[in-house]
Amino acid sequence: MRNLAEITDVRINGRGGQGAVTASRLLAEAAILEGQYVHAFPNFGPERAGAPVTSYARICPEPFTEKTEVYEPHIVVVIDPTLLDDVPVTDGLKDGGTIVVNYDGEKDSLIKYFEGVHANIYKVAGSKIAQDEIGRNVPNLIMLGALIKVTKIVELESLTKVTLNRFKGVLGEKNVVAIAKAFEEVE
Amino acid sequence: MSGVRQVVGMTGDEAVAHAVKLVNPDVVAAYPITPQTIIVERYSDFVNNGEVDTSFIPVESEHSAMSACVGASLTGARVFTATASAGLALMYEILYVASGMRCPIVLAVANRAFSAPINIHGECTDQLICRDASWVSLFGESAQEAYDETILSFKIAEHPDVMLPTMFGIEGFIVTHALERVETLSKQQVEDFIPASRIARDRFSPDEHKTFGSLVLQDYYMEIKRQQEEAMQNAYKVTKDVMQEFSDLSGRRMEVIEKYQLEDAEHAIVAYGATAGNAKAVVDRLRAKGEKVGALKIRLFRPFPTLDIAQALSGLKTATILDRSATFGSPGTIVQTDIASGLYGRENVPSLHGYINGLGGRVLTLPEIEEIFEKSKDYNDVGMNSTTDWVGYRS
Repeated sequence: MRNLAEITDVRINGRGGQGAVTASRLLAEAAILEGQYVHAFPNFGPERAGAPVTSYARICPEPFTEKTEVYEPHIVVVIDPTLLDDVPVTDGLKDGGTIVVNYDGEKDSLIKYFEGVHANIYKVAGSKIAQDEIGRNVPNLIMLGALIKVTKIVELESLTKVTLNRFKGVLGEKNVVAIAKAFEEVE
Repeated sequence: MSGVRQVVGMTGDEAVAHAVKLVNPDVVAAYPITPQTIIVERYSDFVNNGEVDTSFIPVESEHSAMSACVGASLTGARVFTATASAGLALMYEILYVASGMRCPIVLAVANRAFSAPINIHGECTDQLICRDASWVSLFGESAQEAYDETILSFKIAEHPDVMLPTMFGIEGFIVTHALERVETLSKQQVEDFIPASRIARDRFSPDEHKTFGSLVLQDYYMEIKRQQEEAMQNAYKVTKDVMQEFSDLSGRRMEVIEKYQLEDAEHAIVAYGATAGNAKAVVDRLRAKGEKVGALKIRLFRPFPTLDIAQALSGLKTATILDRSATFGSPGTIVQTDIASGLYGRENVPSLHGYINGLGGRVLTLPEIEEIFEKSKDYNDVGMNSTTDWVGYRS
């Protein structure tokens, strides 16, 4: 029988067009590269650019057979800071779980959004890093850099590999630099 | 099994497309618009890139897709197509033509709900209602099983004792669009498993003058149908043999049913498709609480593995049957009625409790399955040995 505690559920909150689905996929591919087991999927509905969307990655070092949606994630990643005002991003977040937000302000001002939530709160200026390193506001993979630093769910090297595999050439290299920066700067 | 296993992250749809690529069928005919799947979208890329030799025939409807498959198959070609929900319903008339003309077509189904109301999510009714069309019918739980069943299906369908079309289903989105790890096979392994091209005894060709699809009335119609039944009975043994051979090839155990923690069990949770994965997870949770429970997954739906299921359930107290399909005014869920028929008159049979669930992508959570399991035991305690409920809906 499996150790039931070993499964980690990740939810990525973003907006249509921001690459939340790509992020959950690459996180899962990085886990597979390490020999882990995954079930990663988007939440399908009407697809509109800018509308709030979610995607998920269920990751476990051992084989598992669950095929349910993720309602109680251990980890939430918020790709777009404007979601904080629009969407209850901590919905279902496990007590003592982790939330990583793309946020450019002071950490104290971010924490105010999560009053009463018992979670480890982290932030990184994902959009700023994206503008500086990639030249566009595409923080989806950058947020994974922050996520894996604070949760150690996959190694940076694995994420780097799958990113370069997915995005060939300069775009992949720029993303890798930006991911590493988020890995360093997350707080 | 030789060499290092290669592991790739793929969605269920991608897994099917990649497995079909290894098989490299002569013809893929498909309707390319919704409710089509990513399976043929990816496969058309392979065709376009020259990675396969397949003739890809895009057609104007699923009715035409299956008709084109029948025509191609009658020339001796190896043929594949894919569809989902309403698309499969539109193929329905030609499903009977394909089986009646003994065309070993392979069809991948993304199991999705029927309209109305409009819905695109997971549910297995679309495939289950094809049960009488004389198609071999399999369900897969994961992207891995989607990959494996793609390859198996060609071998089952084309076996000279079978020569029946074969469909296999994976649930919409939760398997078709979800990324999982898939252990792949090499081109060489697949070529060793399936002959490079189909061996057709009877076929249309410029050199052989034959008639297919002729009018057959009271004189011989029933004999033709009886031959289909015999072929279906043969398919039971052939499927077992092919799965054994595939297990040896891949190192992954593949059987017509899968028994999980059933050896010392007093209760079973019976399921198919992705729900079977949830059933196994619930068995782990219940075992941790001391319940003697196991899971029984039905992988082969037609021909129905009655004997295997009867043996697996023999001596148990209850069987909780999770059926992700809709049927109305029926004496039980679709799979429950099959199991009940198969067990009738046998000794030491469990009480059977069918639950219609998960329609239109509705999630049946693991705690809900635990509650259902308790409900089955309660029914059994008060002597109710056959019940059917809808679960997981707002009343």
